[in-house]
Amino acid sequence: METTTFINPKKGTAVLLVGTMKGAFLLSSDANREQWAVSGPHFPGRIVYSLAYDRRGGRQRLWAGSSNFFGIMLHSSDDFGRTWTNPESSPIKFPEDTGQALKQIWQIAVGREQEPDKMYCGVEPAALFESNDAGQTWSLDRGLFNHPHRPQWQPGGGGLCLHTIILDPNNTKRTLVAVSAAGVYRTDNGGDSWQARNQGLTAEFLPNKYPEFGQCVHKIDRHPSRPERLYLQNHGGLFRSDDAGDSWQDIANGVPSDFGFSMVAHPRDPDTAYIFPLDREMRSGPDAKVRVYRTRNAGASWEPLCTGMPQHNVYETVLRDGMATDALDPVGIYFGTRSGKLYGSRDEGENWRPILDGVPAITCVKAVTV
Amino acid sequence: MAITFNIPGPLREHTGGRSHVDIEPGAATVAEALAALCREHPGLRDRILNERGEVREHVNIFVGEESIRYCGGCSAPVKDGAAITLVPAVSGGRMS
Repeated sequence: METTTFINPKKGTAVLLVGTMKGAFLLSSDANREQWAVSGPHFPGRIVYSLAYDRRGGRQRLWAGSSNFFGIMLHSSDDFGRTWTNPESSPIKFPEDTGQALKQIWQIAVGREQEPDKMYCGVEPAALFESNDAGQTWSLDRGLFNHPHRPQWQPGGGGLCLHTIILDPNNTKRTLVAVSAAGVYRTDNGGDSWQARNQGLTAEFLPNKYPEFGQCVHKIDRHPSRPERLYLQNHGGLFRSDDAGDSWQDIANGVPSDFGFSMVAHPRDPDTAYIFPLDREMRSGPDAKVRVYRTRNAGASWEPLCTGMPQHNVYETVLRDGMATDALDPVGIYFGTRSGKLYGSRDEGENWRPILDGVPAITCVKAVTV
Repeated sequence: MAITFNIPGPLREHTGGRSHVDIEPGAATVAEALAALCREHPGLRDRILNERGEVREHVNIFVGEESIRYCGGCSAPVKDGAAITLVPAVSGGRMS
């Protein structure tokens, strides 16, 4: 892998943001998505769980959450990683009265188009922070933090983390989050109050398989143009909601495993979504193969996509933020593995090829069009 | 005599590149010495302490050769002329 000092993406091309356990890498494509320039590692040695791109209001701003022995920090770059901010003081802190201390930034979400200075961060211990000044200052969402369910929330294997933030693009008051292992919560009043939205979601590890809360949701994605449609990868189970989370239907039809971490909706077709199923015990692709599965009928059936990927004796794991699509035509799909490989398809999943190999364990992949 | 902090490499961007920082004598505890250090170099505070004022889990602080974990934490006594060393803990190797 050859790396450059920085990338210089051209307008209309795809850029990949890749977080790893030892820094971040930025990849910039040519017009055909054949060749990729790679820069990094940015934040060498630091764990990067969260990356985001903010193009609102004419910005070209990257965001990264990083951590190491010396704490957790939120960084930004307005020049595609040539320089990054490294604030003197961490902008995200739990207020003193909460008795909590930040452990990790799991998710950075830029706000809606009509709110160009709004941003959100999901963190561990599970909480939502909000910024109204484009990431300069942050405040804790007290409505969620003070939820009466909170004392009973249990940590999943990755800790008690808020890892998914879904903004309704049309309704500025409606936001949905996922917490492991508490489940799905939604606000319809801008964060003042939150309600559990887990009807139909299973918690196979609890005596009550359908509790009000306590599900270990791994990832949710929303269809961009049909915001009430959500796809969800559970700790056991695949689900779809067509009513913004009010109810969930089981769509694990014909998959080799209903366990997995990632879930990605197609950017244009609301009936298409992608997953990377995992064997429950090994936490790697079933039958020692590397296969993405795709539905094109909203989960009625799933088909394997594996052309160009190893199919014998490979044990790859894709984490919850390890898969992404770009918005180009045809759609590009990308996923990164815990063994430090990045695969990509530029034809909606029909054919795949390796893009990166030998980087540290990949924690997140974000695809953006600049 | 001044109290001297030994600063590890990853934190030196917050001390202007200096590996040793002297603070005025008079601090009676590690907490007081840290407060004086962080007044002079505010970028160190959030790297050493969390928002609850606790020393981060993977940061060790030694007064002389004594780890403060075993002699009172941030209440450990400090004498003028002491050397305080900040060390990232040897806690690697965990499979997570």
